[in-house]
Amino acid sequence: MIISEHWLREWVNPKLTTEELAAQLTMSGLEVDAVMPVAGDFSGVVVAEIVGAEQHPDADKLRVCEVDAGDGIVQIVCGAPNARVGLKAPLAKVGAVLPGNFKIKKAKLRGVESQGMLCAEAELTISDENSGLMELAPDAPVGTDLRDYLALNDTTLELGLTPNRADCLGVIGVARDLAVLNGIALCEPAEEPVGLTSERTFPVEIVATEQCPRYLGRVIENVDLTKSSPLYIVERLRRAGIRSIDPVVDVTNYVMLELGQPLHAFDLDTLHSGIRVRDANPDETMTLLDGSEIALSAGSLVIADHERPLALAGIMGGENSGVSDTTRHIFLESAFFAPEKIAGRARSYGLHTDASHRYERGVDWQLQRRAMERASQLLLEVVGGQCGPVIEVASEQDLPAIPELRLRAARIKRVLGFDMAPAEVERILTALGFSMESAGEGVWSCRAPSWRFDMTQEVDLIEELARVHGYNNLPVSQIHADLVSKLPDERLLSKRYLRQRLIGRGFQEAITFSFIAPELQALFGAGAGDSVTVRNPISADLSVMRASLIPGLAAALAHNVKRQNSRVRLFETGSRFSPGEPYQEQAVLGLAVTGARAAENWTESGERFDFFDLKGEIEQLLCGVHKTVTFRTAQRPGLHDGQSAEILLDEAVVGLIGRIHPNAARQLDVPPDTFLGELVLDHVLAGQVPNYSDISKFPETRRDIAVIVSAEQSADAIMSDVRAVAGACLVDLRLFDVYQGKGIEPDQKSLALGLTFRDNSRTLDDTEITQLIAQVVDSLKKNFGAALRN
Amino acid sequence: MESLETLKTAAIEAVQAAGSPVELEQLRVDYLGKKGQLTGLLKSLGNLSPEERPKAGALINEVKQELTSLLNARKEALEGSAMAEKLASERVDVTLPGRAVDRGGLHPITRTIQRVEDFFAGMGFDVVEGPEIEDDYHNFEALNIPEHHPARAMHDTFYIDDTHVLRTHTSGVQVRTMETREPPLRIVCPGRVYRCDSDLTHSPMFHQVEGLLIDEHSSFGDLKGLLEQFLHAFFERSDLDVRFRPSYFPFTEPSAEVDIQCVKCSGAGCRVCSHTGWLEVLGCGMVNPRVFEMTGIDTERFTGFAFGLGVERLAMLRYGIGDLRLNFDNDLRFLRQFQ
Repeated sequence: MIISEHWLREWVNPKLTTEELAAQLTMSGLEVDAVMPVAGDFSGVVVAEIVGAEQHPDADKLRVCEVDAGDGIVQIVCGAPNARVGLKAPLAKVGAVLPGNFKIKKAKLRGVESQGMLCAEAELTISDENSGLMELAPDAPVGTDLRDYLALNDTTLELGLTPNRADCLGVIGVARDLAVLNGIALCEPAEEPVGLTSERTFPVEIVATEQCPRYLGRVIENVDLTKSSPLYIVERLRRAGIRSIDPVVDVTNYVMLELGQPLHAFDLDTLHSGIRVRDANPDETMTLLDGSEIALSAGSLVIADHERPLALAGIMGGENSGVSDTTRHIFLESAFFAPEKIAGRARSYGLHTDASHRYERGVDWQLQRRAMERASQLLLEVVGGQCGPVIEVASEQDLPAIPELRLRAARIKRVLGFDMAPAEVERILTALGFSMESAGEGVWSCRAPSWRFDMTQEVDLIEELARVHGYNNLPVSQIHADLVSKLPDERLLSKRYLRQRLIGRGFQEAITFSFIAPELQALFGAGAGDSVTVRNPISADLSVMRASLIPGLAAALAHNVKRQNSRVRLFETGSRFSPGEPYQEQAVLGLAVTGARAAENWTESGERFDFFDLKGEIEQLLCGVHKTVTFRTAQRPGLHDGQSAEILLDEAVVGLIGRIHPNAARQLDVPPDTFLGELVLDHVLAGQVPNYSDISKFPETRRDIAVIVSAEQSADAIMSDVRAVAGACLVDLRLFDVYQGKGIEPDQKSLALGLTFRDNSRTLDDTEITQLIAQVVDSLKKNFGAALRN
Repeated sequence: MESLETLKTAAIEAVQAAGSPVELEQLRVDYLGKKGQLTGLLKSLGNLSPEERPKAGALINEVKQELTSLLNARKEALEGSAMAEKLASERVDVTLPGRAVDRGGLHPITRTIQRVEDFFAGMGFDVVEGPEIEDDYHNFEALNIPEHHPARAMHDTFYIDDTHVLRTHTSGVQVRTMETREPPLRIVCPGRVYRCDSDLTHSPMFHQVEGLLIDEHSSFGDLKGLLEQFLHAFFERSDLDVRFRPSYFPFTEPSAEVDIQCVKCSGAGCRVCSHTGWLEVLGCGMVNPRVFEMTGIDTERFTGFAFGLGVERLAMLRYGIGDLRLNFDNDLRFLRQFQ
């Protein structure tokens, strides 16, 4: 909410500068987001009237105006489209200084002298309006200093109110808090019920009493809508960001800003038979003030007459029943709608209005009559007319009950950490409008004022005490607890340790969005059915939850490749999502790499990172799991059919690695030798508590063999077979060469294996080992058709 | 014994002239070996009279010792220069760049989360994580934010379906912890959170660390003390001004927002702090008894407080990052600055 400081100071005027006032409000929980002067710094600008206007002889767009400045007629050359005879506008006279220290001097425009400048609002930094001259009221006194005339030596305070402080959505509420904070009284304007000059009433009936426990109406006959709103109302509305519409609407808005009570005025002649506050009927439609046609949904509260809905209750009036310039009689509404019953209604229609904002948060339910009287008084002043009696319909049982709240001194101490003097407790709460009485030693029974919807429990009162006392005046203490130390499970590696390992291997951590583009997701296989979709995404590009970290990392890699980073190594840890009941979230590690194996250097030959580099990285990450790790050829969308594998721990698939598919590489604009991988994090983090076993005192013996097998044969099967046949004495097996080429048939390959044997209890003799090797070779021959290479 | 003197002179000259360890060895054999010349002289002592023998023997031994040490010295000298030559030939240009070893780095967000976790772990807080697709109950209802509550509008929620959202804060993890563990509790919950808002200063995904302490004696004073200590530690400035401002969160009462003196201008007013001298860095408050009631915690026996801080905000202030979006571009030129 934005309010004028002048207006606020009419209600309460503490001896504080503007800055001090703003700081005090902020520190009491009414945060001041901005303090703005209502106009820029200028001087020498007066109200002037254009009394003559001629076309400039040498310029199509300029006019030469005769302007009455109060102390004489001056000639002004002006290009504004609305410069016309009879218009009153601000005139910066010769010698005036405009915002930005712009000095006005006599000037010649296309040969014609101009003795000053007529101004637009933007030129005075009153608003951004710059399409023409600022139009002043016809009764504006010519020659008066504009600053005085518009009371521009004012500032606006923009309050960022929290939803619990609906009571401060009117000047009165902010003033009330300021009065308490400064220990001074509120200067409420004298308000007396207006004298009745008409007997006329209009039937009011509330059907939906739960939603609308109180409804007040009043008829004012013979209003004159040709009158205009007084300057102070127009200016205060403008400073609050509300445009002047017509005198009736202006008054209702003014009272809303002042007291916080939204009001609505109907054109009485458009109403049929009586007001009925009811739920919308099925299939009902109506046209709102803003011209939009809406279909009313069941459960919506409407203000209707006996024929049709007139207004969306507490949200917006209807087009056909509002006040217009032909209106003769008005029916003024001042109602209370239960906040919890109408909350969310406006939003369901895509609407948010000043009225709905206030009603949803809670309007003082005892304010309706006062607001009605205040508005009547102003209306009679502005548009005249005869005022009928107030019609009030209320359902007492549906009005909010004010709960009795127990407040204990001991609880104040427990929550705030200090003993607040009982007299201070009573002073603060009483000043805030609470009624309180003693209910025993150190206990009070309290009732909140009707404007505080946020007072429902003891701790709410304690917050009020803390707020007014000042949070920064509350004591500071340190937490204390019994010392208990813990160690993490040794069988689990921490994510930190994992990250440090990857960093040591040259990987840079990335953080990509959890939602990605469906097309990117589909590129790597997860279609609509396999994806969790965000119902209201910020954009289509961020509309599905990632089913894998791979697409996002590939995109991040592409971002870097495009920026001349030819070597990229990224990792990310985070959740991947899949549909299910409940939704599935799994923490995974993703890897994306491209470029030379090592940074360019005189020691390096520039070899590119390949499948086995990434496989090696993953093998070393998994070395703690103590299960059989297998890589099994796999075909996955987005990955190269011949260079991709699933990763299995025992029999369970826990990850995937592969080279990007050439098509995907082209689409993402990444190098074809980009490698991607993903692993379920739990498995990477598995560790163990080491269990020492004796070191053998006996020497080891190594034998190397080379076998020729089919080129299609997986090395893994060969090595498993060797391990199975060689038995427990085989302590290490290395595949140290793979050869295809000269000397080997084209469809075959040679694998060179190094076998290391050792026993813990004795030295193995040569014949034993030779025999083991013979068995190994026999088995390879039998199972794989392998031949020893000479 | 003239021959001894001649022998000695010749031997010394030969040793000094020797150019290699091989030559030296030959000289040793020639003079001191079993058939060597000095050995021969010793053997010929038998030809002398018993009176002359000791004296002559002593002289010969003297020469023998002299020659031996000369040989050793010469050998060392020769070996030394051979080693020097070898080392010289193996010299490298130590100014050439070392073999390239890659080093990655942590993302500044992770780095910041770790610092926050470390501070609170030192105070006995456990780190707890939870789901990012959260049900309505844990994200809102249990936190005293019923449907249509105006506070929901502050959350700009992403919906997955009618009852599931992308969590708007990590408070749901706190609720889950309160449901499953008995107080006293001290936890921090780091993680990704989501709000349907995207501009220069808002990212639809960002990170929070939320904390919760429940025990039988905690007060607002404890909350102030803890957070002041944290902010002083995090920014490594014990003189950093911290202020608490009343605010509103449905799940805490009293609620506060915490500002620190601007770390850029030290409170003088600058662009970073919108010329206020203050920066809002976290929200906090005493846990609303309603939240305790929802999770079955005795509101008379226990009090507690909760706080939530935006990791991006802290990281950006700490490291001087000017643009929020840099955090999620994953540009290596950005990321490498945090190695």
